[in-house]
Amino acid sequence: MEKNGRQMVVPGQVIVTGNEYLPGDGAYRDSKDVVAKRYGVIDISEKHIRVIPVSGAYYPRRGNTVIGTIIDVLFNGWLIDFQGAQNAFLPVAEVPRYINRNELREFLDFGESVVVKVWDVKSRGIDVSMKMRGFGKIEDGIIISVNPNKVPRVIGKEGSMVKLIKDATNCNITVGQNGKIWISGNSIEDEVKTKNIIDFIINNSTANGLTDKVEKHIKSLGLKVDSPEIIKENTDE
Amino acid sequence: MNNKMVKSLYEKRTDKRKFDEIREISAAVGVVPSADGSAVFQTGSTKAIAVVRGPRTLHPQHMQDPRTGILRVNYGMMPFSVWDRIRPGPSRRGEEISKVCEWALSSVVDLSEFPNTVIDVFIQIPQADAGTRVAGLNAAAMALAHAGIPMKEMISAIAVGKIDKTLVVDINKDEEDYREGEGSTDIPIAFTSRTKKITLLQLDGKISPAELKEAIELGKSACEKILEVQTDALLNGNKEKDEVKSKKEKK
Amino acid sequence: MSEPIIPNMLRSRIIEAINGNTRFDGRKLSEYREIKIERGISKNAESAVKVSFGKTEVLAGVKMGLAEPYPDSRDEGTFMTTVELHPMASNDFEMGKPGIQSVEFARIIDRGIRESGFIDFKKLCITEGEKVWQVFLDIFAINNDGNLLDVMGLAAIVALGSAKLPVYNKKEDKIEHELSKDSLPLVKENLSFNMTLHKIGEKIVADVSKEEESISSYRMSVAMGEAKESPRITAMQKGKEGAISPEDMENILNTAELKLKEMFPRVKEEVFGK
Repeated sequence: MEKNGRQMVVPGQVIVTGNEYLPGDGAYRDSKDVVAKRYGVIDISEKHIRVIPVSGAYYPRRGNTVIGTIIDVLFNGWLIDFQGAQNAFLPVAEVPRYINRNELREFLDFGESVVVKVWDVKSRGIDVSMKMRGFGKIEDGIIISVNPNKVPRVIGKEGSMVKLIKDATNCNITVGQNGKIWISGNSIEDEVKTKNIIDFIINNSTANGLTDKVEKHIKSLGLKVDSPEIIKENTDE
Repeated sequence: MNNKMVKSLYEKRTDKRKFDEIREISAAVGVVPSADGSAVFQTGSTKAIAVVRGPRTLHPQHMQDPRTGILRVNYGMMPFSVWDRIRPGPSRRGEEISKVCEWALSSVVDLSEFPNTVIDVFIQIPQADAGTRVAGLNAAAMALAHAGIPMKEMISAIAVGKIDKTLVVDINKDEEDYREGEGSTDIPIAFTSRTKKITLLQLDGKISPAELKEAIELGKSACEKILEVQTDALLNGNKEKDEVKSKKEKK
Repeated sequence: MSEPIIPNMLRSRIIEAINGNTRFDGRKLSEYREIKIERGISKNAESAVKVSFGKTEVLAGVKMGLAEPYPDSRDEGTFMTTVELHPMASNDFEMGKPGIQSVEFARIIDRGIRESGFIDFKKLCITEGEKVWQVFLDIFAINNDGNLLDVMGLAAIVALGSAKLPVYNKKEDKIEHELSKDSLPLVKENLSFNMTLHKIGEKIVADVSKEEESISSYRMSVAMGEAKESPRITAMQKGKEGAISPEDMENILNTAELKLKEMFPRVKEEVFGK
């Protein structure tokens, strides 16, 4: 069955037969066949076939931006819950300024939220960093949770969808690959409207002409749409 | 189909189905929104709900496996699912079914990407009319796929029965309780979707090896139909979006 | 995935929003989510129903049996309620014997039904001192998105309202595998339903979502019904650590009374039919 013009498969289904393609993520080779190892959407690039998940938990990858909450303060860093299978560790060396051993809780305390970058994925958890620009402690706004597999639709082709929302609501939006989205605006009403638009995108993510539908929805909330720059037919990851 | 020298006492099925006919099937995924994966699977009046939560960290730590995630299945029946109320709480029957289902599913899932974690599969039966464990297994396979868990193949299951001398698929409660002649032999069986391997097989009653081979073949073709419904539900029947369910009409 | 720890900034933002009469899902403070009811969930039950408020969903079923009455109520039937907060419904629920929350919920629901006189237990007596009907009410959580107690409370009374007695074969002293056309002996005037209100920030909020529920300072469950057009409270329970001010108490009772007037006609219809 189609999903934005791409075919979906279930585990055990043969995707292609023959030797021209190599099985990538979510697929495996069984003699002549490339077989799906996961439920999801088929993605065929030049030589590789992968199956991209549409549901299920978030699996961290190097370079991902994730948003999480401090659940423990250790002597050499902080433990962060980002709703993955394991927790993330932020070493004290990976924050923008020098923190001495006694100041850890002053800098980041239990229950505080952060935007961090994944730089290593190990069997016992992931290591993250906050050193770069655009990462750090979250002080204001709200954090909402969405299906992590739908995050690409929220971001849009070259960031066009998230820009559409930002322009309409005047809110800053930071999207975590783990399905957490940080929204920060001038008022709670603006932030709640932003949440509403994002929920709309998630609920209509498989629809064709999503961009048009989203623009209509934004207008129905009494907000403005800045049309000219938008890249339409937002179909790609 | 049944090349018997001696005639069987069970000539017509209590619900008038053909011997190889499955009851009306319906299936859907996404029925429990807060779960990582979920599905419902029903044949006739037997309905199973399966919910997957995980991968998530396994506690206590000493039970963790540093090489792979662990699959943990818990099967139970709701008190009002059968006429004689089932007291809530664990039961030996539930524990056994949990284990055989766990083994069946473990043979196809690949949890090597999730060391030190557990994937919990909960199966619950709100309404029963025989064949509950195979309905549960069918729902569980769909729920695992829905949760994005890597699986080499799907699993489809059916309860084959020998009622006196007659082989039938998808037995109902009346057939399960049949006492005349050779009585009822209950054979729940599950096959993998691609390589057609058997991952669950239980039997109680009396049956010759030849009849058993025939029963296995019957089970295999019935499972093809089951697989069609499961696949259809995954590809089309997402309950989170709409009320569309994948239905297979009575043939 | 583990259940989210509510981040501090989100907690304070939700409170700020609610103090300004805004909820994240756009509802008013006393507004309920969409309520859906489905009957006939199990053909093997005297009744079995599915009830949901938004995404919070439960199943409830009634089964009956025969037993000797308790010595101190020789002419009354018996009644037992179980609640299963099953781990399938939420990452917060664990396998194993019932935790304190399922025990508390079961007892609140049981008391609300028993002590209000909703079931006429004397009519469940078959032979005094020897044989009475047992009523089992089993409630099962399917998905938790907040306010499970109220969803379970409604499921309980709908299940009781739609239950039919099994056929009792007096000659052979056993229950036939067949339902009669008789309903449970229920006292319509004693019908009450449970409303749980939470204190969040400075406001009283109804039908809380999962996030709202986790940050409230206290919850107050009020079971109410209508007797001869006037409101009547049949049960109450305060939960969690916060303390209730006199103004809050006034506010809670007013809100409950308002919701009763609004919702009771539909509740009555769902329990007893049109």
